[in-house]
Amino acid sequence: MNRTIYLDTSSSTPVDPLVYLEMHRYFQIEYGNAGSMHAKGLIAAHALNLSRSKVAKILNCHSDEIIFTGSGTESVNLAIKGVVNKLKNKGKHIISTTIEHHAVLDTLEFLEKQGFEVTYVPVEPNGIVNPEKIKNAIKKETILISVMYANNEIGTIQPIKEIAKIAKENNILFHTDACQAANSESLDVQDLNVDLLSINGSKIYGPKGVGCLYKKEGIRIEPLIHGGGQEFNLRSGTENIAAIVGFAKALEIAQKGKEDYKKKLTPLRDYFIENLLKIENTILNGDNEKRLPNNVNITFLNIEGEAVLLKLDSEGVCASSGSACTSKSLDPSHVILALGRPYEAAHGSIRFSLSKNTTKEEIDYVLQIIPKIVQELRNISPVNLKIEDIKNV
Amino acid sequence: MYDVKSKDGTEWFYSETVKKHFFEPKNLAKTKEESEKLTKEADGIGEEGSPACGDMMKMWIKVKDNKIIDCKWQTFGCASAIASTSMFSTMITENGGMEIEKALEIKPQDIANRLDGLPTRKFHCSVLADKALRAAINDYYKKTNQLDKIKNDRIKIVDKILKITDHDIEEAVLDGARTFEDLQKRTKIGIQDKTCIPEAEQLLRYYIEKYFVKQTISQ
Repeated sequence: MNRTIYLDTSSSTPVDPLVYLEMHRYFQIEYGNAGSMHAKGLIAAHALNLSRSKVAKILNCHSDEIIFTGSGTESVNLAIKGVVNKLKNKGKHIISTTIEHHAVLDTLEFLEKQGFEVTYVPVEPNGIVNPEKIKNAIKKETILISVMYANNEIGTIQPIKEIAKIAKENNILFHTDACQAANSESLDVQDLNVDLLSINGSKIYGPKGVGCLYKKEGIRIEPLIHGGGQEFNLRSGTENIAAIVGFAKALEIAQKGKEDYKKKLTPLRDYFIENLLKIENTILNGDNEKRLPNNVNITFLNIEGEAVLLKLDSEGVCASSGSACTSKSLDPSHVILALGRPYEAAHGSIRFSLSKNTTKEEIDYVLQIIPKIVQELRNISPVNLKIEDIKNV
Repeated sequence: MYDVKSKDGTEWFYSETVKKHFFEPKNLAKTKEESEKLTKEADGIGEEGSPACGDMMKMWIKVKDNKIIDCKWQTFGCASAIASTSMFSTMITENGGMEIEKALEIKPQDIANRLDGLPTRKFHCSVLADKALRAAINDYYKKTNQLDKIKNDRIKIVDKILKITDHDIEEAVLDGARTFEDLQKRTKIGIQDKTCIPEAEQLLRYYIEKYFVKQTISQ
């Protein structure tokens, strides 16, 4: 059995062949430093500028509002730390949610140690934050609101536009972590009305090690990395031209194809969910409509996620789990817990994230092996919870 | 949540022996029917953990001439828990069965050695089998009226202000605490109740020795 069915694209995507094609000349042929005063340098600078305007066009903003970084995590760090360090004299309060990615949560935790105060607004049982609750959390001292566009574990899409409006009305800056949203959602920053937006390459069939931060003109931020003054003096370090070119191309392909992506994956996702839920004592985590077209997150009660992953892996299926045993902290998924589900539901949660190339035949194969794996593990489990025991939605 | 590699480079990849015991566990009570039958016939039954903690273990034993001649189990646990318990149950029942006292002396490190190693951070998962066995043996002593032999893991409060117990220290060690600073970071022990520091340090050494003394640095 040598086939691999890769259903973990929310962790990492393969690089699209067209993206790779554009990138590869910048490794060995056009290797110049974009800051150099010679022909090779000019070519690199040109590629950098082109990529920047390409990204700016997609986001509907100006080129000088795009800062290339080394990852989504770095973009998030730059946005949040950058802003609050400039505004700390105005106030020290930040608002976010309980289901953010660790890039946001750990950054906020770090800032709390520096004397900032953070309100983590809880989400509704469907995994979506109520904008009214964000509004109610606002204080005189609030300087920044940061809410993710789409959740990385349960794929729920957050009401970013409404939250941005609330932020505007209260004269507070708004950042969104859009890393998981770029394959299917609009990134038009004018329409979304956001001040800061983070994206990265590795979730959009682009290279790893590159991301960007959109920063609205006029917003002042403090750089994290000091040095040669690249990226408008906000992110020093020689620009990774190959990665930036690849990132821009990947974003272009993703955003051009987002309607096709939705049209293809939404029915496949729903078919997958519908059939997984036929296994008894199984629950879907996150809203069933306002979710990414490629996200399926299921809890199989009474069994532990890591054991499921290992059995799936032995059948060639790649997925991921919210079980404590798959995390470095030995804590189960904070996202599943934030839905109000008990710990045991988090330990048994499995995320399948479909790829743009996933076929129905592949899903059928997974549907064929899953019931057996679940049954095997349930047979040897001394726990016997029923859906009614834990359901509070 | 989804990063399967720990920060210190200890990977989640398992040895071939671990995988073998995970995919074909030994001494498993394979069905609900079998577990019901075992419950009727066992000399001792032990249960430890809870699904909320991500780990739960149930164990049935049969005892003859002070030796454990049969040990069956079920778990809500990860791959490491399944493989460790499979190996543990093999170790205590092989060669005609192990004497109760000897079985209780088996350390997680001994199980890990027989499994050709476990990632350090998964040691945690092998401890429950040991505790379930302790509970099953206590149950056997109770049923056979040997009450004087019952031993319980007494919980002792070490930090009197924050109410931190020896059990909390044990957990912290299993989670990777190796120095007093590590321990304090995880448990906040000794921050307010400074009088407990010498005892906490002593317990820290005790648990490191108990679980990791034979551990090579290569992990």
